[in-house]
Amino acid sequence: MEAVLALGIGVLTASGVWLILRPRTFQVIIGLSLISYAVNLFIYAMGRLKVDAPALVGSGTVANPDAYSDPLPQALVLTAIVISFAMTALLLVVLLASRGLTGTDHVDGVEDE
Amino acid sequence: MDHLIVVPVVLPLAASATMLLLKERRRKAKAAISIATVVALLLVSLLLLERVVSQGFAGEPGARAYLLGNWPAPFGIVLVVDWLSALMLVLTSVLGLTSLAYSLARWDRAGPRFHALFLLQLMGLNGAFLTGDLFNLFVFFEVLLAASYGLLLHGSGVVRVKAGLHYVSINVATSLLFLIGAALIYGVTGTLNMADLATRIPSVAGDELALLQSGIAVLGVAFLVKAGMWPLGFWLPGTYAAAVPPVAALFAVLSKVGIYAILRVYLLLFGGDLGWTGNFGEEWLLYGGIATIAFGTVGVLAVRSLSRLAGYSVVISSGTLLAAIGAGEGEVLGGVLFYLVSSTLALSAFYLLLELVERQEVEASLTAVVEPVFDDEYTGLPSAEAQEENEVGVVIPATIALLGGGLMFCSLLLAGMPPLSGFIAKFAIIQGLLGLDTVVTPAIWLLIALLIASGLATLIATSRAGIDLLWTPSAKPLPMLRLAEAVPVGLLLLVCLGLMVFAGPAMRYMERTGASLQDRASYVRAVFSAQRVGEAAP
Repeated sequence: MEAVLALGIGVLTASGVWLILRPRTFQVIIGLSLISYAVNLFIYAMGRLKVDAPALVGSGTVANPDAYSDPLPQALVLTAIVISFAMTALLLVVLLASRGLTGTDHVDGVEDE
Repeated sequence: MDHLIVVPVVLPLAASATMLLLKERRRKAKAAISIATVVALLLVSLLLLERVVSQGFAGEPGARAYLLGNWPAPFGIVLVVDWLSALMLVLTSVLGLTSLAYSLARWDRAGPRFHALFLLQLMGLNGAFLTGDLFNLFVFFEVLLAASYGLLLHGSGVVRVKAGLHYVSINVATSLLFLIGAALIYGVTGTLNMADLATRIPSVAGDELALLQSGIAVLGVAFLVKAGMWPLGFWLPGTYAAAVPPVAALFAVLSKVGIYAILRVYLLLFGGDLGWTGNFGEEWLLYGGIATIAFGTVGVLAVRSLSRLAGYSVVISSGTLLAAIGAGEGEVLGGVLFYLVSSTLALSAFYLLLELVERQEVEASLTAVVEPVFDDEYTGLPSAEAQEENEVGVVIPATIALLGGGLMFCSLLLAGMPPLSGFIAKFAIIQGLLGLDTVVTPAIWLLIALLIASGLATLIATSRAGIDLLWTPSAKPLPMLRLAEAVPVGLLLLVCLGLMVFAGPAMRYMERTGASLQDRASYVRAVFSAQRVGEAAP
């Protein structure tokens, strides 16, 4: 499972980096989204990978931490997802504004010669 | 618990939420709410500062923590007010007040929802300065960045949208780096609370060490992009030049958030003599800072417009701070903090002033009203002429003399010429650098030479621009100077003057702050000994 997850994060990051270096605004946005997926998976992985382990400890018992997965990275991921989603939406608006004002979808607002 | 600590975050949030309920046309109500909020923020931050000072100089610990949600320290989120954060809060609210007052003269009408965004920006800044938790720092960074995206686009137009697109993309990418760094640190240490990290990091060893160090390095890159270090800061001058003046004046403190984060995280977690943590990344800050000063110096001499000149002055100021932090601790930190405050105030005043000076030239290009991009976006900016007719604003005589005087004052501050506070700050840094070791290394000599050279370059560039704009005979009518625009600039310069006159007490505070940054134990103690509500004191 570790290898699959690591590969997934790697491929997403690599494609994202390639895309944000492209000259079209839409490619940049997709690239940033891909990297943010990769980062979300990465944060999740930092809580260590466990299968079939609940994140919440029942009350009244002293829990054995080995039997549970770490809830904190999951909470962090939720926050990170919401924030990067909002930022992507905002970036799309700026993209549209830029397209409308300059008439091109080049990131610099002018086409290369 | 002392609920005053949470006010700088909650108050602007509540005020800006209230403002969304008001229609865009009710400008007077909105302006009244935001001015009242900002004045209240200034009072609260002065109160917090006063408490830190009165407790700190009386021998008690200056730092106090506030447990949000009433969870005990390493598990819940804490806000911490200490010497450094109280200072930054006051600085932010002074800049907030002056920029907001300035914007009320006309700029707040250049687009929708200016006041709500402005207050959210202040909330993000205050939160970033107060938080004692790494992930919460990220959240407040996002709040202040989200507001800054809106503020940068305020007024719209091709230049701003183009700059905005770059600014947003760079900062979204940087935030992702921040997350990677924070996640790595969490993965190794299992905590994100800064006080807890400070106690756990020294014991990390073996394989985990490499992971932790790369996490910190990635986090550092994120901070340095914000601070504008060469070669990560190419976005800075163009972005700041595109923003409307009151926003640029507030942005002057935005790049200092990166510096603050480095001061806080770096000194808390890696200062001291704890093995590898002792001087981790120090050379990067020193040489990066030196390169930044050099880049800024060349930039200042090369540019032809005042707003870009101000942008490169921001770069120089960041570089000076980074290099001085990297050069060493001890005596230098007092000078660093003094320079941080003085240069931020001067830059903010400079941004406000240069629009007044350049008004005739810029009027046509930047303030030209552009077509709204979206239907609901626009409420209409009355054209400058129509506005001047029905404005009851007082027009001040001797415009040129006042503007010229202000510009000269700013130039001297930025260049670090005696007798103003900029000089005192640079002098304190240089004195601290010379006193670091018995033998002064070549890198330190280079830094000192660059500090002086950058001052000279700033002086040359600003006087050239001043002669160009103010002394060249011109057929154009003199720019109008309104009281509402002159007073904020005057206020900022007055604070700088105050820093000069009361340099002794101010320097004592800065030195105490510098000492408190190296006193990790008392910060950790303040966080862990914070009392929960409903729990008896031991």
